[in-house]
Amino acid sequence: MSADVELDGVTIRFGDFTAVQSATLRINNGEFFSFLGPSGCGKTTILRTVSGFLEPSEGKVRIGGKDMAGFGPNKRPTALIFQNLALFPLMTVTDNITYGLRVRGASRDERDKRADELLSLIALRGQGKKMVNELSGGQKQRVAIARALAVEPQVLLLDEPLSALDLKLRQHMRNELRNIQQRVGITFIYITHDQGEALTMSDRIAVMNAGVIEQVGDGKTIYDRPATAFVASFVGENNPFPGKVLRADNGTAIVETAFGALRGKIAGGLKPGDNAILFVRPESLRLGQGGADTTFASSVLNVAFEGNASHIFLKGPGKKDITLTVGRHDGAAIPEQGSAAAVSYDPDLALVLPEGKLASE
Amino acid sequence: MSRFFIFLIPVVVIAVFWVMSRYEAKGRHDPTRKSFLERNGTVLGIVFIGLVAFWTLFLVALPYLYMVQESFHPKLPPLKRGGPDDFLTLEQYRSFFVEPSSGDWNTNHMSAFVFSILASVGVTALNFAICYPLAYYMAQAGTAQKVRLLMLGLIVPYWVNEILRAFSLRLLLASKGLINQAIMALGISDTPIDFLGTDTGLYVGLSYAYLLVMIFPLYNAIESLDKNQIEAARDLGAPWWRIHKEVVMPYAKPGIASGCTMVFMLSAGSLAAPLFLGGPNTLWFTAIVYDFFFQAFNWPRGAAYAFILLAACIFFVMAMLRLFKVSLGETIR
Amino acid sequence: MSSKFVMKGMIGFYVFLFFAYLFGPLLVMSITAFNTPNYPQAYPFEAFTFDWFVKLWNHRAMMEGLHNSIIIGVGVVAVSVPIGLAASIVMNQIYHRARGLYYLVTVSPVLTPGVIIGISTVIFWKDMMGLTDVTKGLFYKGIVLTILGQSSFIAAYCLLIIMARLQRFDRAQEEAALDLGASYPQVFWHILLPFLKPALISAAVIAFLSSFENYNTTTFAILADKTLVTVLAGEVRQGTTPALSALAVIIIGFTLVGAIIYEIMRRREERVAADRARAAREAERQDLGAGALAVQAA
Repeated sequence: MSADVELDGVTIRFGDFTAVQSATLRINNGEFFSFLGPSGCGKTTILRTVSGFLEPSEGKVRIGGKDMAGFGPNKRPTALIFQNLALFPLMTVTDNITYGLRVRGASRDERDKRADELLSLIALRGQGKKMVNELSGGQKQRVAIARALAVEPQVLLLDEPLSALDLKLRQHMRNELRNIQQRVGITFIYITHDQGEALTMSDRIAVMNAGVIEQVGDGKTIYDRPATAFVASFVGENNPFPGKVLRADNGTAIVETAFGALRGKIAGGLKPGDNAILFVRPESLRLGQGGADTTFASSVLNVAFEGNASHIFLKGPGKKDITLTVGRHDGAAIPEQGSAAAVSYDPDLALVLPEGKLASE
Repeated sequence: MSRFFIFLIPVVVIAVFWVMSRYEAKGRHDPTRKSFLERNGTVLGIVFIGLVAFWTLFLVALPYLYMVQESFHPKLPPLKRGGPDDFLTLEQYRSFFVEPSSGDWNTNHMSAFVFSILASVGVTALNFAICYPLAYYMAQAGTAQKVRLLMLGLIVPYWVNEILRAFSLRLLLASKGLINQAIMALGISDTPIDFLGTDTGLYVGLSYAYLLVMIFPLYNAIESLDKNQIEAARDLGAPWWRIHKEVVMPYAKPGIASGCTMVFMLSAGSLAAPLFLGGPNTLWFTAIVYDFFFQAFNWPRGAAYAFILLAACIFFVMAMLRLFKVSLGETIR
Repeated sequence: MSSKFVMKGMIGFYVFLFFAYLFGPLLVMSITAFNTPNYPQAYPFEAFTFDWFVKLWNHRAMMEGLHNSIIIGVGVVAVSVPIGLAASIVMNQIYHRARGLYYLVTVSPVLTPGVIIGISTVIFWKDMMGLTDVTKGLFYKGIVLTILGQSSFIAAYCLLIIMARLQRFDRAQEEAALDLGASYPQVFWHILLPFLKPALISAAVIAFLSSFENYNTTTFAILADKTLVTVLAGEVRQGTTPALSALAVIIIGFTLVGAIIYEIMRRREERVAADRARAAREAERQDLGAGALAVQAA
């Protein structure tokens, strides 16, 4: 059994501080949905509001169409996986997993049976009698998941569950979680500050900054067509060229930047004279001449070889360097450090967005 | 004035705080705020509040207020209480200074009071001097096991009742006791030294009684000091007495204040040691209070004297805290 | 360096002296319990005897006192530990401006001289219970008053002990339990109490021992009854007999046994914890080595 989740104008204030500003979105039944953003952006606050630990100052939270106001965390059809897992150290693995059943009055036999099923699911068959602090980090992670699944929630909420694991394990667990979600079929709401996780695992992503949801969409949309300067700079690497709009028509605009007039696509809403930023991704830049309004000149500051790609750092319009990424076998010649270079790009791959706060480095 | 007036005081205090908290809650919306009953379940919440109310009101606040109030009444047989002869008076407090029957200065009681306080201060200082080195040693001694054994070694004597401990000291210090036997055998003196009659026994007994109470706070305070600081001071060439004076002691101030406070209060309020180890001329203030209750059945006067004792203790504690520049919260650890 | 050696020697000597000071009188007293003379004497040691222990056993007042002491001890534990628990929970949740006053009121019995607690308890409850003849008959008894008077400060000890543990409680566990559907009472019984168990046991033991050996408060509150300690005080006042030394030996014996049991239990606990930590490290190593951790198809 799964359900959809609706946030309807949800605002959450702590005294004078607004943690979440009028969030409105709909998470579909059976979807793997992520909230992505830097620390302090409000994603944990939203998660805790959906799970029932916070009441919104304004707005409504609906699960499966039902208004959740006044329902405490123990009465909602949600289960939360905590960042530090919060397993019960004084109970065995089995007792941990079946705790939700215990408080619903299930008998010992029922609980043992269900524990066996779930232990098989998470590949810890036969380890039920162990105490929690005899397990490794990855095993504890899986016990936490099993514990949440045991109560058959309609929505599973995950609070940055992979942040404490080391790199290889993290990558492995990404696939695990995705598999589990697809097999169990319930709605997952996942929060993270790691865009790699969000992009690889989610059906759709909401990018948040300072309490505001900046954009909601699937991975490709967020990456290729970010709606705001923040999203453009937060998700993946991006080179910003701030300036003023000279012309805007037919879906393209020309922006007067420190490197001259440059052309890019726009989504609409920008007029000549507006402040704007032209964004081009590192992999969309090429060495060499291009069109008059799609080329600029700079000098090479540094070159870094990273195995499957090389990153060329060029002097940028402001404090930030321009990054140009060349694949290992792209065939391009890597320039010398200190040399002058002409850089060009395909205007369809450049995006002009209204001025806004960028993600900090 | 009805004796039951004191019930109003706690009720008013609680009401004031309750109103304040309601007012504050209405002002700012806090999404996490849950009322006490919500947070703990109704039944449990009521049980908790009930237990705490019973304790703070009926076992602590009200008896104390009642005693204070009682000290302002004259001594009356039960039938006359509440009647026309019953009125608020300072006569009990005055009796501390002026003997009611004779009109002379009550030198006995006043000197007993001063003696008790001064002796307690002295005992506290002595106690501190004895305990500090051991506490320091324990805090730096290293392995948790060694420390635990030392702790046990300290605690075991304390579970022997304080009366028995006083008794054991009396045995040792009596004229026929072991110490005098040794002194005479070694030829230091021809006649037994009267430890008990000259209050020496009392001092020994009092400092002996409360060693544990001083050691624990000292140990806790010193133990949390980063050993690297001491190492650094030593590396810089500071002699050991300076290390203690300028590094360890200032850091351990809350522990020192806590230990000294507890020892002083226990010592000033002590009954057993003065009773069994004091000489025939020793008049301990707390024993005077005891007598008012059990010999003279003069409860109001006993209550007044008890309050005077308490006031002295509180004054001492405040002075200590001010002297050491420590707040009350830090000392109770 | 020789000065460090001298320092170590001096410290060692000091520690020895300290513990000699602490244990010496008790040791001497213990010896007198086995010595025959009527006056407790350690030297010269005349003849070995158990007589004094027998006399102790036959001392009716002392046995009655012992009986009362145990009853009072149990009563104090039954009252103080729940109060301490409730008080520590309230302490965490009380209106923040009231917290200072609350702390003051709850901790003040620890600092108040026992004499004053005893006096105030008797004065207050005599009048309270005297309100009706029924309550006076039922409750105005030495044992009840002593339990009440001792509980006032022993509950404060329990509060401090339990609070120290409560402050280390991971709130996330409470939230996890709630999230899984537990009601608040269930969280209390399933999660909080098991966590607090060590503190509750410590508090109960300390409460019982503090109650058993209390004199200052008890001597006022016990009215006409007696406890072991008040009988003892009476005996010591009147004179000295080795029977009292015998009592001391028994008490010391109990304490030593208690201390040994405690040490054994502690060592066992440490061993279990070390085993578990080792198992966890093994598991971590296996995780990293194996690499692929397959989740079975359901």
